[in-house]
Amino acid sequence: MTEIGLGHYLTLGAVIFSIGIIGIFLNRKNIIVILMSIELILLAVNINLVAFSIFLGDITGQVFTLFILTVAAAEAAIGLAIIVVYYRNSGTIRVEEIDKLKG
Amino acid sequence: MIAHTFFFYTFSIIAVISAIMVTVSKNTVHSVFFLILDFISISCLFIMIGAEFLGMIMLIVYVGAVAVLFLFVVMMLNVAQQKNQWFASESSSKHIPVGLIISTIIFFELIIVIGGWKYKPDLFDLNNSIINYSVSNTHSLGQVLYTDYIHVFQISGMILLVAMIGAIVLTFRKRKGVKTQSYLKQISRERSEGVELLDVESNKGVKVDD
Repeated sequence: MTEIGLGHYLTLGAVIFSIGIIGIFLNRKNIIVILMSIELILLAVNINLVAFSIFLGDITGQVFTLFILTVAAAEAAIGLAIIVVYYRNSGTIRVEEIDKLKG
Repeated sequence: MIAHTFFFYTFSIIAVISAIMVTVSKNTVHSVFFLILDFISISCLFIMIGAEFLGMIMLIVYVGAVAVLFLFVVMMLNVAQQKNQWFASESSSKHIPVGLIISTIIFFELIIVIGGWKYKPDLFDLNNSIINYSVSNTHSLGQVLYTDYIHVFQISGMILLVAMIGAIVLTFRKRKGVKTQSYLKQISRERSEGVELLDVESNKGVKVDD
């Protein structure tokens, strides 16, 4: 068992970031889970910022983590509102049936 | 230091496993619960590493507000019928190898970056907001948040306000056929339209159209 350093936290952040990206690709059934994967990605970014802030002894990283938290909360609220409106109009939120834009 | 190592590995293994469960869980409600577990274990890591304020804010904001919002939306929309299938159809599962390749590449890029990480020699001369260890984490965060970063702080407040207004505007709708109270109608009612004095003949009723 070695001493826990900056690299351990950054590796944890990288693992969670990759899992979030896998979640975006893997999930085809439900757009809410894609929003949750985006939350996971933001969480990984927060882990990186806090780890750097602690190990470099600079408080700025924690301040920016606070702002990322704010933006993530606003994003979740708006995204879920859009999903509710879409479900009300079209009756489904399955990812493969959302093809109005023919993309 | 042994305890620190032990708790780091415990919490990070829980976090990684629950992150995997968020993405592969068949039931969306289970995904939300694993997301909550993930946030709780990460906030335990934050508290352990010395960022207590952020750990607590994480618990309050994510577990208390965002995850409950997710749970509300999952239960409000009818997604229970789709819970027993992983992938909607064969055509949609063709994205999986691409996603795995891309995320593996990103993971190894990040690992390479972390492995080659070095401190810049003059790094500690450059930073101007060094953590003061004689005061608490919350205190030192507040000392810079309300002085150096006051404009960013106010802009983040504006973002929250705009998000709140946007969510209300998006989901608000006027429904027909719902009996609600109209204050204007109530207070603008007059005696002449409310009460009618009738001269009733004896042994004959009055027909009131209702």
